[in-house]
Amino acid sequence: MITVTTGRVTSAPAAKAPPRERSRLPLLLLGGCLVLFASIGVAVTIGPADIGVSDVWATLLSRVGLAEPTLSVLRDGIIWDLRLPRTLLAAVCGAGLAVCGVVMQSLLRNPLADPFVLGVSSGASTGAVLVVVLGVSGGVLSMSGGAFLGAVASFALVLTLSHTLGGTTDRVVLSGVAVMQLLSALTSFIVLTSADAETTRGVLFWLLGSLANAGWSEVLTCAVVLAGTLLVCGGYARSLDAFAFGEDAASTLGVAVGRTRVVLMSVTALLTAVLVSSVGAIGFVGLVLPHAARLVTGPGHARLLPVSALAGAVLLVWVDTVARTVLEPQEVPVGVVTALIGVPAFVLILYRSRGAQ
Amino acid sequence: MTDHPVDVGLAAERVSRSLGGGLVLDGVSVAPADGSTVGILGPNGSGKSTLLRVLAGVLKPSAGLVTVDGRELTDVPRRTLAQRVAVVEQHSDTQIPLTVRDVVGLGRVPHRRAWLAASSDDDAAVHEALEQTGMTAKAAQRWQTLSGGERQRVQIARALAQRPRELLLDEPTNHLDVQHQFELLDLLASLPVTSVIALHDLNLAAMYCDEIVLLDHGVVVATGNPADVLTEELILQVYNVKAEVTSSPEGHPHVRFLRT
Repeated sequence: MITVTTGRVTSAPAAKAPPRERSRLPLLLLGGCLVLFASIGVAVTIGPADIGVSDVWATLLSRVGLAEPTLSVLRDGIIWDLRLPRTLLAAVCGAGLAVCGVVMQSLLRNPLADPFVLGVSSGASTGAVLVVVLGVSGGVLSMSGGAFLGAVASFALVLTLSHTLGGTTDRVVLSGVAVMQLLSALTSFIVLTSADAETTRGVLFWLLGSLANAGWSEVLTCAVVLAGTLLVCGGYARSLDAFAFGEDAASTLGVAVGRTRVVLMSVTALLTAVLVSSVGAIGFVGLVLPHAARLVTGPGHARLLPVSALAGAVLLVWVDTVARTVLEPQEVPVGVVTALIGVPAFVLILYRSRGAQ
Repeated sequence: MTDHPVDVGLAAERVSRSLGGGLVLDGVSVAPADGSTVGILGPNGSGKSTLLRVLAGVLKPSAGLVTVDGRELTDVPRRTLAQRVAVVEQHSDTQIPLTVRDVVGLGRVPHRRAWLAASSDDDAAVHEALEQTGMTAKAAQRWQTLSGGERQRVQIARALAQRPRELLLDEPTNHLDVQHQFELLDLLASLPVTSVIALHDLNLAAMYCDEIVLLDHGVVVATGNPADVLTEELILQVYNVKAEVTSSPEGHPHVRFLRT
């Protein structure tokens, strides 16, 4: 039944709206932060060296100058130089990959989109391998520098290609897949023609991801870029909502579609490039987490973005803890663990949401 | 129809648009009177949808002008435009699990500022739009579970939540049964907004439109009140169908198609 009101639509007397449901967002975020801090605190204590939560506090306090150092140099070093940056980098990368996944999936209206669809990760591995093979690693260009340049170059290639092919969102996804294939073939070719043990190890690192090389400079770089990306994407949260029914619909809802797409794709590609050049290509976090977070928060990006970031951070902290301890003293590449967990989780999520299609 | 730019409301003046090499619109002018209901009629491929998309600013005209209150559309920021012109597309779908209330809430996107939560004005607009379209009871239901007709009404509710002055609808009665077709057009006719509606059904147009623009091959064949446009000669010329047009007791023309 359609009821007819007589009031003028443009200035209708405010109809009695039902009491607004109080947003659970602050509570959700607070809880998420607590879980994240607890996870980091506990994860740092797990490992071959026997370290307790109190040791972590002691190190933290002495490092910021609030207490006298009480731990041995070795234990202090294990916490401050190895475990802590590694755990923090895991949190930052998990958050970053999840945010990139949310933005890409909404922007490209494709539930399969993830940070690597833009060819960024394959570009990174090609760049890193090229640096090793060409032997310019003598300080001029590090492997991570090469990875970053490769990531940016492949993103530019994907954008140019998709623009030439018509500029629609499915063209972006298809271009990304094509560039991904091309670059991984190129990487394999380089490795085959100049294979030595070091190159092969390097390739594996970039393809499967590893947090083993984490240091404070990586943590800082990734955290700064993540914070910037979150700010930009947060400002576009409403616009991302408007993409639900496609680009034309977003446009009639007042979204500057072209500008929004360029800005958001650029910041997420930049973040992905920075993450991949520090830790390699960690798959499945960006693909699976947005779907899982959506089940909790609903579709609004104002909630989805921060909750996905927190969930991604917590997830990767624990995944990395498992990856470095389960086969001690050997490490399992973290990408292997995310895939082993991610695929069943993905199937489960798709199974649960099958009724909606 | 006017030959000079109108300074109130949305208007197209000698607008042309080519798509894929062919000219889809050829010098079309429309200037709906404030608060009126204008029907865009014409056979498939006559340019109805393209005209609406040009009026909405989604497509740029290759020649001619689209103006809103005398300002050229390209000079008006998208967001400002979306605060007064709302569009209901012929097809709309999403894979995202949205509720009816979520979809209607999208109508508030142009009115909301970044970082801020929804205001009581936003809530009131959504509530009112749900009431007007009779979708309040289904507000918590998933979009994907709705029938075609319900989806159409939710999209109209979303458009109303924008609190527009002009409402552009592309064949909104397509998925509706007869009762809902009437209810929808009753609603649109009763709203104090200017509605421009692409329609297939000549009799619905005759009953509800104040003005009809008849398109054929991207050209305006006739424009005016229903009695002037819906004539046996024009229907034969444009649709290539013989029809008998009588005047209904209510005073609007009634079209009866004849088998040949």
